[in-house]
Amino acid sequence: MATDYATLKKGGFMKQKQKDHFSLRLSVVGGQVSTEQLVAITEVADKYGHGYVHLTSRQGVEIPFIKLQDIDKVKEELAKGGATPGVCGPRVRTITACQGSSVCPNGCIETEELAQELNDRYFGQELPHKFKFGVTGCQNNCLKAEENDLGIKGGVRVSWVEDKCISCGVCEKVCREKAVSIRDGKVTIDTEKCNYCGRCALSCPTDAYDTTPGYLLSFGGLFGNSINKGVAIVPFIEDKETLFKICDAALQFFKDNANPSERFKFTIDRVGREKLDEVVWKAYKG
Amino acid sequence: MADVNIAVDEKVDITDVVCPVTFVKTKVALEELDDGQILQVHLNDGEPVQNVPRSVKDEGHQILKLQDNEDGTYELYIKKVGD
Repeated sequence: MATDYATLKKGGFMKQKQKDHFSLRLSVVGGQVSTEQLVAITEVADKYGHGYVHLTSRQGVEIPFIKLQDIDKVKEELAKGGATPGVCGPRVRTITACQGSSVCPNGCIETEELAQELNDRYFGQELPHKFKFGVTGCQNNCLKAEENDLGIKGGVRVSWVEDKCISCGVCEKVCREKAVSIRDGKVTIDTEKCNYCGRCALSCPTDAYDTTPGYLLSFGGLFGNSINKGVAIVPFIEDKETLFKICDAALQFFKDNANPSERFKFTIDRVGREKLDEVVWKAYKG
Repeated sequence: MADVNIAVDEKVDITDVVCPVTFVKTKVALEELDDGQILQVHLNDGEPVQNVPRSVKDEGHQILKLQDNEDGTYELYIKKVGD
């Protein structure tokens, strides 16, 4: 019987140079792998692979040198430890994420749950070509949001609380965008310059800033054969519902308009940026 | 230069070191103090003024004032909280 490589690839089994050997890509969400999964992965890599794993550029784990005849046993043994194969090919790929505000002192948004929700909604969804989501918790951009087809970057909208302020001036000094100015003990924030990084609020000794977390989105990023930085279309988004509506709209636009094997960026270029703007703005406004 | 009426218990100059020793020196100086005592830190513009106040806050101490000396240096007044 002929080997159905397309189906294997869809199920995360990547054909190797070596005949009948596969590098098994596992499903990882937001870069989080449990110790239980690690134990199962270790056992499988020792028993069926070559005793090592490869960590991919997008937070994935692959077990190389899995033999064709062992695939079913491998899946079964991994499943016992809660590890499942990932995907490759023309569909929504691994949702990557940094650790976000639950762990990182700089994090503006919670990323672990968000990555899981994006995964539940979109992972593996069939599309004309690959489609990558990445979630980064703040402007430090450790997760490189703009290199994804759809990048999500956390930020905070800040507002000054006058009666808590001691006019120490720290916020004005830490603002890298020169958006904060203090005159006669009054703080003014230039909303045109503010990039939602939250440094003013994080460094304020008396917590004299109210903060509202939210999302900055970028569209059409690429970092492969062609390189393109994803672009912003709509302003800061404060609620997850709107975020998901926009993700839905962008994916629908890609499905409706893309040619086979055409990345999002090139669909946008061919169809017209204004067409994407239209659907994204519509979703933004609800 | 603005008037600052803060009774200082100890002073430390961190303009002769760079990150992360700026914060280390500040932290060591704070360790020498008792709860409620005030440390005055002399620090440079740029990275020190952007990072040291936040690190001090994250350690749980109270920042009372940041004074701009208008010569590229600052005075940071910190009240020690806890032992």
